[in-house]
Amino acid sequence: MAMALTRRNLHLLCPIFSARLLTTASTSPITIETSLPFTAHNIDPPSRSVQTSPQELLSFFRDMALMRRMEIAADSLYKAKLIRGFCHLYDGQEAVAIGMEAAITRKDCIITAYRDHCLFLGRGGTLLEAFAELMGRKDGCSKGKGGSMHFYKKDGGFYGGHGIVGAQIPLGCGLAFAQKYSKDDNVSFMMYGDGAANQGQLFEALNMAALWDLPAILVCENNHYGMGTAEWRAAKSPAYFKRGDYVPGLKVDGMDALAVKQACKFAKEHALKNGPIILEMDTYRYHGHSMSDPGSTYRTRDEISGIRQERDPVERVRKLILAHDIATEKEMKDNEKEVRKEVDEAIAKAKEIPSPDPSELFTNVYVKGLGVEAFGADRKELRAVLP
Amino acid sequence: MAASFGVSSAAAANAVKSPALSPPSLPVIRSEARPISCRVNKSRKAGKITTKAVAAQAENPASAASKPGHEVLLFEALREGLEEEMERDPRVCIFGEDVGHYGGSYKVSKGLADKYGDLRVLDTPIAENSFIGMAVGAAMTGLRPVVEGMNMGFLLLAFNQISDNCGMLHYTSGGQFTIPTVIRGPGGVGRQLGAEHSQRLESYFQSIPGIQMVACSTPYNAKGLMKAAIRSENPVVLFEHVLLYNLKERIPDEEYVVSLEEAEMVRPGEHVTILTYSRMRYHVMQAAKTLVNKGYDPEVIDIRSLKPFDLYTIGNSIKKTHKVLIVEECMRTGGIGASLTAAINENFNDYLDAPIVCLSSQDVPTPYAGTLEEVTVVQPGQIVTAVEQLCR
Repeated sequence: MAMALTRRNLHLLCPIFSARLLTTASTSPITIETSLPFTAHNIDPPSRSVQTSPQELLSFFRDMALMRRMEIAADSLYKAKLIRGFCHLYDGQEAVAIGMEAAITRKDCIITAYRDHCLFLGRGGTLLEAFAELMGRKDGCSKGKGGSMHFYKKDGGFYGGHGIVGAQIPLGCGLAFAQKYSKDDNVSFMMYGDGAANQGQLFEALNMAALWDLPAILVCENNHYGMGTAEWRAAKSPAYFKRGDYVPGLKVDGMDALAVKQACKFAKEHALKNGPIILEMDTYRYHGHSMSDPGSTYRTRDEISGIRQERDPVERVRKLILAHDIATEKEMKDNEKEVRKEVDEAIAKAKEIPSPDPSELFTNVYVKGLGVEAFGADRKELRAVLP
Repeated sequence: MAASFGVSSAAAANAVKSPALSPPSLPVIRSEARPISCRVNKSRKAGKITTKAVAAQAENPASAASKPGHEVLLFEALREGLEEEMERDPRVCIFGEDVGHYGGSYKVSKGLADKYGDLRVLDTPIAENSFIGMAVGAAMTGLRPVVEGMNMGFLLLAFNQISDNCGMLHYTSGGQFTIPTVIRGPGGVGRQLGAEHSQRLESYFQSIPGIQMVACSTPYNAKGLMKAAIRSENPVVLFEHVLLYNLKERIPDEEYVVSLEEAEMVRPGEHVTILTYSRMRYHVMQAAKTLVNKGYDPEVIDIRSLKPFDLYTIGNSIKKTHKVLIVEECMRTGGIGASLTAAINENFNDYLDAPIVCLSSQDVPTPYAGTLEEVTVVQPGQIVTAVEQLCR
């Protein structure tokens, strides 16, 4: 697991000071307790003690700082009108993405809704691709034709990036079905929010996944607000991990990357043997629902700053690193400076990429144009040529 | 290109002329190492032994002991196409309500679950939105699901999945994911099934970018279109018709695939071009008999491909006859006929001697009463009158 992280992180980093720190950091295991115990429904919860290593903790910090920086940079780009349309930011929820990545491989599939920038990064996407796509340039991950809500990375096992609330859950069910069909020991994580938890298609997909024992893990990123509606105003039962009824569930502190990692590891083992499981990540988003939502009309600023002070995921990992003497304060600050520089460089590069060519309007509507080779019983080829 | 095309379509016309089918008069050549059609024949009860078709020179079919090919009903032809494709490619799977153990509500997938297992021929719960979404998700990883809507009307529940995910994912992902699904099912008016089960929904799906729509009308093109749709990398919606499942026709033993984008010349003629598809083809042919007796020579084209239109075949026909009549079962407002009228007007306005006449079904929910249901769709008498008026 640690080796996989190194490989992945070297992809994210350029060779600089903290990279040396990361590679020279020890991989000897440390055991840390999660902040809160897990609450379980119809299943025995995993233990609170999580195995990790200094290298892993440093990589957690680095990646989460990168994601945080990217989202804040996207905020300024949006206000500068370089990003248009919808922009849903993930800052505050980074621990979910990072903890999940630490527990799985690139062969497992992740599918999510529109708050997908950081998950894309976690799956191996580069900053350049992300910013280019956000600004609608031709070298974006979807060639500039998708936008903020449509990030995909096929070779990283990231299936998007979906704008319609809840529609990604049956798709995720299909991913799990394909994994069962080809009998590879991988799982699919379908992520959705507390708002989408009230969608009918979720329960339909849950029924099918449980019926056929599909390796499906449903992850509810409960940030307590479905756009402007608080969860207690939208759901009769906001205990989303219990909503599966016959499907077991686990409630996890989504601001603790180690707890997320433990839960995802546990869930993967469970799903491969017993079928679907629901994970509810108790998390929080600092920004509003999207850039057009200030985020303060339905919640108080005290609430937001309170969470930032007490439960911020990046701060928690920073404190762990300092407490275990893995790095010094100065090294951490340098780390953050490098991250900032990296993001700024990526934005500068992305700004120079041109918009897609007008001919790109018609590409990728169909696959390679039309026309399956047709042949009659006498093997004469019939192929239509449209004017 | 034009010349060879003309020859091929004539051959196709010869092969498909209904009702009396004349056997193809071309050499029969064995094409693939695996004799797929032989395997299918083995599973049929009443199969005559077909000689291995390795003939290098033309075998005169008239001298064959009996007619070549085998007789099938349309639903059996669909099943043959499905089975052959499932045999050929292990990624092809079927999803739908009651497709497995029950065999399909119109018997299209009968016996396939016994042969391929419950995971490959999957009985889904009644959750169209989700199982079509599931098919799209599975297609994203490389599987090739064939999804059956028990009735096309039920697909309205899954419209979001069909439109956004099935149709658009290839585009919004910048080409990373292909969605090679086939969505098929019966629709149309005819068995007094009531308004909600007799919908003519081709119009609803036609604006979705990224999908292809085809409508089958004979056992020959049903099997061919099914195979082509499964092999296509694009999502395809295959419209069948409830009343056509028991049509009988003799189809070749050898493997064949029909082009998804091509129209079929049913009856060449000189006076007027009649464009039709699915069940209305039979009403048109019935009207054609009357018209021939009255001295008219209609050219009947089964457009088959509803999205995109085969404007090549249609255009050639219009350049010959200069008059167009469209006969369809779709709703009038915003239907296939409306789009086809617009497309023809844009492209072939100079060749038209008269405005295009479009006969569609009435813009009403399909009534239950038999007499009312009959007049909801276009009847042969109306077609005859329209042609007479057009050719005046």
